[in-house]
Amino acid sequence: MSVDRENTEPGTTGDARRSDDAGGPSAPAEPRWRETLGILLGNKLAVFSLLMLALLVVAALFGSLLAPYGPNEVAVENRLQGPSGAYWLGTDELGRDVLSRVVLGASVSLQVGFVAVGIALFAGVPLGLVAGYYGHLVDDAVMRSMDVLFAFPAILMAIAVLAILGPGTTNAMIAVGIVYTPIFARITRASVLTVREEVYVRAARASGASDLRILRLHVLPNVAAPIIVQTSVSLAFAILSEAALSFIGLGAQPPRPSWGRMLADGRGFIEQAWWIGFFPGLAIFLTVLSFNLLGDALRDALDPRQRSAIQSMGVTA
Amino acid sequence: MTVEATGAGQPAGPGAQEALLSVRDLRVRIAGKQGVAEVVNGLSYDVRAGETLAIVGESGSGKSISVLALLGLVPQPPARVSGEVHFGGQDLLTLDADRLRRVRGNDIAMVFQDPMTSLNPVLTIGRQLAEGMQAHLGLSEKDARARGVELLDLVGIPSARQRLDDYPHQFSGGMRQRVMIAIALACDPQVLIADEATTALDVTIQAQITELVAGLQRDLGMGVIWISHDLGVVAGIADRVLVMYAGRAVEEAVVDDLYVNPQHPYTRGLLGSIPVLGRPDDDLMSIPGRPPDPFHLPPGCAFWPRCAFRYDERCATESPPLRDIGAGHRVATFYDPDRPT
Repeated sequence: MSVDRENTEPGTTGDARRSDDAGGPSAPAEPRWRETLGILLGNKLAVFSLLMLALLVVAALFGSLLAPYGPNEVAVENRLQGPSGAYWLGTDELGRDVLSRVVLGASVSLQVGFVAVGIALFAGVPLGLVAGYYGHLVDDAVMRSMDVLFAFPAILMAIAVLAILGPGTTNAMIAVGIVYTPIFARITRASVLTVREEVYVRAARASGASDLRILRLHVLPNVAAPIIVQTSVSLAFAILSEAALSFIGLGAQPPRPSWGRMLADGRGFIEQAWWIGFFPGLAIFLTVLSFNLLGDALRDALDPRQRSAIQSMGVTA
Repeated sequence: MTVEATGAGQPAGPGAQEALLSVRDLRVRIAGKQGVAEVVNGLSYDVRAGETLAIVGESGSGKSISVLALLGLVPQPPARVSGEVHFGGQDLLTLDADRLRRVRGNDIAMVFQDPMTSLNPVLTIGRQLAEGMQAHLGLSEKDARARGVELLDLVGIPSARQRLDDYPHQFSGGMRQRVMIAIALACDPQVLIADEATTALDVTIQAQITELVAGLQRDLGMGVIWISHDLGVVAGIADRVLVMYAGRAVEEAVVDDLYVNPQHPYTRGLLGSIPVLGRPDDDLMSIPGRPPDPFHLPPGCAFWPRCAFRYDERCATESPPLRDIGAGHRVATFYDPDRPT
């Protein structure tokens, strides 16, 4: 065999170092989130859901300014009136304005949804990270206890928690949060299992990074996409759960208006005054639909395969 | 067979200088369902400052796992690591996890095989370069960034300052491997371990990367362990070569000595299987058979079933010891090329 050493002559090194694939693809660096947002805004359904959710957030934050009447303003003489110029969405059996109550009910739904999913995220993601990263006994201990939680039907589990803690909005948040924790733990763990075998994680370990650092810097960002998607979808289900709990009287307590409660109140009048139950139901439907559509759109936007397909078409270049 | 060049740059022989890293009787056993596999079996070697030791062998010969073991990166259990690894006055194998972590990346750095997957896709190059410097050297973000530019410059990445904010997918394979080398060099390591660092690259890029490492080594005086299955690449960069087979060192010699005067039948086989321009292909040798299953090593010499020179009756029953045959040339075989057959 012959060995060609020409190139290793000292002196030529400097030039040769610079002469390889110097160009490379030199597209301007674009932060990942901005790229994702770009793809998201190109999706009509995503834009629709974002607009719906923006409306909802405005209603939740400034409901008392927007609502034409107070939520508990009783006008018995106007009870059970259909939608009209004065009462756009009609009045209920006590003569309260349905529109005002729907607008003000947004805050309960969103609050419970966000806080509950927040609890589930902050409990589930670290558990999943630890379980997936360390494996073995830790994995078994964490995931089997999650399985126990997961084995109960979600709403039954929430009712059980509320039976212990007592009814109310705060406890509903905690209950729904506990119910959704195993979902986040599972999703996180599954992604961690693939990411922890990646060469860059081994490389980080070889470069002396601590476990905490590896989890924070290398594992978490690479498992974020499915967690983000799950967050959006879970928000939909958490809001639905809150409505269900309020429907059976365990969630938000009167006089605070909540969609689930209104649905329950309207049930008895479904034949005389359909609007009492219909509009809160529509609000729940649109909210859940929006979060689900957003979840779908996020999944597409965050999917690396889709991303590279879009890139190769030169959209982001 | 000719070797046209001698080690460019520096004397190839082992000096009187003390070893930076010295591995003694390193063993890695992995317990599996089929029993215990001796993946690394009594490996010993030294690496001196400014010296490149190449560890060569087929896949599965234990070369990668032997270096992972000395950094404590082989999960125990299922593996069991024993032996001694002297570095900086301490035995790495007995060091507690925290102190070992401070050696990794700081004193001993590693470059992995596949540059396409060894960078985190969601972090910028600058962030990944800074990571080690912030963790080990306690540099501020600004200082780490400045040094990052220097490092990218050092490994020959043009317009380093701008590229610091780029993501890995914006670099080509060769460039990514340069980035990996820059990351490895970030904390001025005394020993650089390159695990098949050029295997995934085109031949031309391969040459540039080996050159780059050789040049950096000359400038920085690091000890380098270069792991490869490719004797051709190794010839261009190594000072000494250690040939591994089935977890054992079967031959170790100064690079030119090994290529001119290979003693072990396995080394001969490897050298004979490299195609050479101008030589007809039918001269190419191949080694019959496959490497042994580490769970079922043959009782005698592990290479015996595939060996073309089984003249000694001890081969089948006794594992040949590694013996010194002069000038730092060590070989583990009962076969003697000078003995008439």
